[in-house]
Amino acid sequence: MGLTLTAEERAVADGMFGAGAAMAMRIVAESARLLGAPRLIPIASAHIDGALYHGDSGTLFAEKLVEGGARVAVRSTLNVGALDLMGCSRVRLEEPARGMARRMTEAYRRLGCEQSWTCAPYQAGHRPDFGTDVAWGESNAVVFCNSVLGARTNRYGDFLDIASAITGRAPDYGLHRPENRRATLVFDVSALPTTFLASEIAWPVLGSLYGREVGNAVGVVVGVDTHPGEDALKAFGAAAASSGAVGLFHIAGVTPEATTLAAALGGREPEAVIRVTKEMAAKARASLSTAAASDRLDAVAIGSPHLSLAEFDALERLVAGRRLAVPIYACTGRHALAELDRAGRRRALETSGITIVADTCVVVTPILPERLGAVLMTNSGKFAHYAPGNTGYAVLYGSLRDCVESAASGRPVFTDLA
Amino acid sequence: MSKVADTAQGEILVAGEPGSGPALVLSAPISFWGGVDPKSGTIADVRHPEHGRSVAGSVLFLPGTIGSSSASAVLLELVHNGHAPAALVLHEPDAILLLGLIVAREMGWRTPVAVRLDRNGFQSFAGKDVSVSTEGLLEISAV
Repeated sequence: MGLTLTAEERAVADGMFGAGAAMAMRIVAESARLLGAPRLIPIASAHIDGALYHGDSGTLFAEKLVEGGARVAVRSTLNVGALDLMGCSRVRLEEPARGMARRMTEAYRRLGCEQSWTCAPYQAGHRPDFGTDVAWGESNAVVFCNSVLGARTNRYGDFLDIASAITGRAPDYGLHRPENRRATLVFDVSALPTTFLASEIAWPVLGSLYGREVGNAVGVVVGVDTHPGEDALKAFGAAAASSGAVGLFHIAGVTPEATTLAAALGGREPEAVIRVTKEMAAKARASLSTAAASDRLDAVAIGSPHLSLAEFDALERLVAGRRLAVPIYACTGRHALAELDRAGRRRALETSGITIVADTCVVVTPILPERLGAVLMTNSGKFAHYAPGNTGYAVLYGSLRDCVESAASGRPVFTDLA
Repeated sequence: MSKVADTAQGEILVAGEPGSGPALVLSAPISFWGGVDPKSGTIADVRHPEHGRSVAGSVLFLPGTIGSSSASAVLLELVHNGHAPAALVLHEPDAILLLGLIVAREMGWRTPVAVRLDRNGFQSFAGKDVSVSTEGLLEISAV
């Protein structure tokens, strides 16, 4: 056993193609060795989560790759950064951190990464083909890529994501191997009312429950009769990857590797069946809120993952030109922003009291005002999971309709109790 | 005056500088991202039994790790700002965490050695000052 590199890979690691490429190849090879991978495999694309500023070391790492002449070998999109480069919202990141975050942005640009700055690259035109191997980072992007697109990636984190993009190689391991993509658990939602399954909140709530129940195993959801739409799958995956280490899920009859339950299970018996009850779903919903009894509301945040144009359509319909009492922070990527600007929609949204946040989001960088005892409402399972720890705001979870009505009236309103 | 009281041979996971310091034997797995403050090395996870202790300068014994894809970034940041453990002893390799050391070495920064040792062997080092050699030999230095 042990890792075997090809002659070409060894030549890259030895510096034949520059110091930056050599460093990247050694990082990929050392990771493969630690993972027990027998070889490296070629990848078709990358999505880079490592350009989010956590500290100076990450900036210095990226700049060293640039100095070494490294360039990405495959299409590489960037996940969110710590700055709103489009200038839509004000990020309270102070110097010298702000300057280091800017330098990091510049280094990843010079490495040849696309300035996508979104956690929904799959809705910004980056959709790898079914069955291809890719190296993607950011938990929601990973789970969408594997589950909804059927491309194959592990959860690539800081450093290994860009190193894989530069070398065009990844360790042959984990979800790249077909035998590890088979579902071993069944998550049965057939006992839930169809009205609930047809609601918007069903998907973040069930995703949150799924992540907690299934953890890092691969499961298959059964009992979903109609395709819930791409934004629902996006919400499910993001919530699941927040509450558990989920890299891949299947939904029988919906996702591409689960044309049937038997196909998702690879013809074997499941190791366990989780039968989801109404009570389990209600409890999962309640656990998304940390401020359940509050009548205070300081802000609403939506767009984790980043809002699609269809989600902006829904937002506009619900706001209906009203002036909001409490601001809504609507996080999205520049791909959606360009469309909003083109049609004059951004100005109308901002006039209503909506702050568009582009290229970043409210849980990864300081945007929300610092306030003691503040309460944030959201329809995102992922925001609900991370906001208390990362922003200090307590969270109320509700549907998009309830988020908008609450923002309009200035206090929490709950009507969608399905 | 110090003498060697006990030893164990660890398997090198990532080669690095030898290190010595007080043993910090964690009694539960930890997630470096969110669990350890990247600025100081203090264990920040309030639910962790060793909450409030610092990994900086310790010989850190890890019975397990909870995978976060940003664990490597936290460890790299600790190496860069001088708050990394003096050496790491892991029950099983965590490729994401150890990637922080691999990158630190590539950056030319002083990188602590990381070794594998069965967690059943951890307790004999608890509360002692421990050194780990470049060959992965753990020794207790009794004062």
